[in-house]
Amino acid sequence: MTPLLAVEDLTIHFDTEDGVVHAVDGAALAIGPGEVVGLVGESGSGKSVTALAILRLLRPPARVTSGRIRFDGRDLLALSEEEMRAVRGARISMVFQSPRTSLNPVLPVGRQIERLLVRHRGARPAEARAQAVAMLREAGLAEPERRARQYAHQLSGGMCQRVMVAMALATNPRLLIADEPTTGLDVSIAAQILDLLRDLGRRTGAAILLITHDLGVVARLCDRVVVMHAGQTVEWAPVRGLFHAPAHPYTRALIRSIPRVDRAVAMEPIAGVVPSLLAPPPGCRFASRCDLVRTQCAAGAPVRTVEAEHRVACVAVAGV
Amino acid sequence: MSLGAVVVILVVALSAAAAPVIMPYDPDEPDAEHALERPSLRHWMGTDLYGRDQLTRIVHAGRVDLLVALAATAIALSLGSVLGAISGYRGGWTDQLLMRAIDTIQAFPSFILAMGIAAALGNRLSNIVIAIAITHVPIYGRLVRGEMLRVREMEYAEAARTVGNRRRRIIFHHLLPNCLPPVVVQATLAMGFAILTVAALSYIGLGIRPPTSEWGAMTAEGAGYIVSGEWWVFLFPGTAIMATVLSFNLVGDALRDVLDPRMKGV
Amino acid sequence: MHFPLRSWLPGRAPRVVHALDGVTLHVDAAETLGLVGESGCGKSTLARCVLRLIEPTAGRVRFEDTDLTALGEEEMRRRRRDLQMVFQDPTASLNPRLSVAATVEEPLALHTELTTEARRARVDEVLDEVGLGAGLRDRYPHQLSGGQRQRVNIARAIATRPRLVVLDEPTSALDVSLRARVILLLRELKRRIGMTYLFISHDLSTVRYLCDRVAVMYLGVVVEEAPAGELFDHPAHPYTRALLSCIPIPDPDAVPERLTLTGEVPSPVDVPSGCRLRGRCPLAQPVCAEPVPVRLVAPGHTVACHLA
Repeated sequence: MTPLLAVEDLTIHFDTEDGVVHAVDGAALAIGPGEVVGLVGESGSGKSVTALAILRLLRPPARVTSGRIRFDGRDLLALSEEEMRAVRGARISMVFQSPRTSLNPVLPVGRQIERLLVRHRGARPAEARAQAVAMLREAGLAEPERRARQYAHQLSGGMCQRVMVAMALATNPRLLIADEPTTGLDVSIAAQILDLLRDLGRRTGAAILLITHDLGVVARLCDRVVVMHAGQTVEWAPVRGLFHAPAHPYTRALIRSIPRVDRAVAMEPIAGVVPSLLAPPPGCRFASRCDLVRTQCAAGAPVRTVEAEHRVACVAVAGV
Repeated sequence: MSLGAVVVILVVALSAAAAPVIMPYDPDEPDAEHALERPSLRHWMGTDLYGRDQLTRIVHAGRVDLLVALAATAIALSLGSVLGAISGYRGGWTDQLLMRAIDTIQAFPSFILAMGIAAALGNRLSNIVIAIAITHVPIYGRLVRGEMLRVREMEYAEAARTVGNRRRRIIFHHLLPNCLPPVVVQATLAMGFAILTVAALSYIGLGIRPPTSEWGAMTAEGAGYIVSGEWWVFLFPGTAIMATVLSFNLVGDALRDVLDPRMKGV
Repeated sequence: MHFPLRSWLPGRAPRVVHALDGVTLHVDAAETLGLVGESGCGKSTLARCVLRLIEPTAGRVRFEDTDLTALGEEEMRRRRRDLQMVFQDPTASLNPRLSVAATVEEPLALHTELTTEARRARVDEVLDEVGLGAGLRDRYPHQLSGGQRQRVNIARAIATRPRLVVLDEPTSALDVSLRARVILLLRELKRRIGMTYLFISHDLSTVRYLCDRVAVMYLGVVVEEAPAGELFDHPAHPYTRALLSCIPIPDPDAVPERLTLTGEVPSPVDVPSGCRLRGRCPLAQPVCAEPVPVRLVAPGHTVACHLA
């Protein structure tokens, strides 16, 4: 099955006063059509930067130093800005973290969706208006005609996020990137937004790249999972495989470090600290925190296949 | 550039302080023989109508101008900050009363007000300081009040209360210092304005009385001679004003960066 | 420590925001009581009422036989030695101009008679207790990481060995891995020093881990209260059950029974009569419009519901 999106060997650097930050190092992931893929990692793991890179939203001091991002048969990194603009918002769209600040505060929310439709679908104004209202209704907003005329600050956080989802799916993209879409939302609203993403994704056939640090969200929503640590992608697995048989030491440590609501567990924080990305250690960046570390780790972590569809970048794990 | 500005201010300040010692001539004593001489090796900045050496006068004048500006700014800053802090923290009637008082002061064009106060109180040095100070109080008052409104909502203000501080200590020990960085920048700018105000007051005769040298008064005198071609009489004092005020501005900008708490402990 | 209270935050007159309504809770010594609920439920207001940072409109806060609400300003100030708080935002709750040592020393200077030397020593001791080396004492907040700042917050709160520490979402602003460490630190302190905590959070899994008993709040009232394990394993109130079912479990095979509440949380200005969950509860009956009884459904487990 040809993947819809394939990120290969992506490396991103940030040029700062203190030196070069090696934010992402050889990241790789693939998303199939209609799949929900979770990109998991702590803050600083490079997951948001990777997402921004896919949409070519990175600005200096960030620069992509190597890699390819294949989408629709083309390498997005090689496209001109003009060509990329046709992709953004139309073929790939994004839902951001803080909905209220991601929406334009001076335009009514309905108009923001209409503009997208006019630009990317060539819709006429009247059509666009009707479609925008329809999208808001699909996104679960009560009284969509009234809400369409309102501004972002008049809506609650949950409603704003629904608007963002509506905007993202209005142009019927093939891929939706959702970056921590439930941060700052109450638990019950967050659950509703996640359900919304899943349902709309299924209905429109869009694939979803869900970026999160919350393993619970991953378990609930995703078909497959990619784990990142300190800018490196370390494990790729179907969701059940990841939770029932986590292969990478980091994944295992991560699962052990979270408290749970459904049963009492012993919470063990992950040993050590995330290495500095200004002067990252060579090879596997989890080595200093890993209980299975050995000398070969500094030479790099080869990717091994643990099971069908389940791969891990680790020297210490036996592959098939 | 700000380094240059600091140097200028230091030169002005130090020479002003040391004036009686380092300046060869008496600033006040007339010497009719050498009236209105061009700049020369004997008189680097020429002489004025009464034959007094310009350079000496300018340096002496620095004492007056800087002193007045410093004093006025210090008074305005202290008074304004305290009022602004109390007003901002307490809100309610206190805030209303203080702010309306400040509004009243600000309703007058500041120079007119300074003129009015100086005229009413008389030309003594202390009165000029008071006049300028009063016109500057609103600036600091509003600035600090604005900062205080922001800062009192911060969690560390609440934490200070939780920990058991008395209100007065919360305002003055915790919050006010955090309101000050913009005030310092404002103060250096205001120093420049204060100097201009003294100069302007003297220019119109309400400021320092002759024969005491003062940059504004000297510039005023010199203005009369432009037409007759004795350009040095107004140019040098005018330049002194400009250079000093500009330097204060530059130093103010630099100070703001230095005072950022992020610089502390580095 | 008891706190029965009612607090009305005035909205635009004559509308009134009923932030808290007839809340009665108690926390026993060396116990950790968790207070959970979503935004607008009143838990932060309650925390501030307990410390009298906000004045309750009615009711009392009783702390070890003293009625805090009846104390004068100076007396209350002195009492703060025993009632401390850890705030949510680790950066905003530290004065950027004070060094770590100065921040932690302040409560000691205000409430104890220790000499400067003794205070210094105690500050170093406390910094060690929270896992920050005494070497960080001269640093300023901007030179510390988020996790370190939160530790300074905790250090400041425990410096005077208060009897009660209220923690208002102490880990929400922290990254996932830092969260675990701070929680473990809190547990360690509890174990070693016998700290009593009022732990406010919307993160139920952390609450389960750390707390002995849990009270669930909705729209200004306590709807359920029980020992932690009991609450999570046998939730009785529909709101609690709905809340728990919303939390994604890190297990792809777990299918929680989803109890969905319709609509959104009503504004605390227009509070429905009787049970506040009435308009949204799928189990609502006509009787729910009546004042709600508090029932005991298991040892130590109370529920405010007609249908329990």
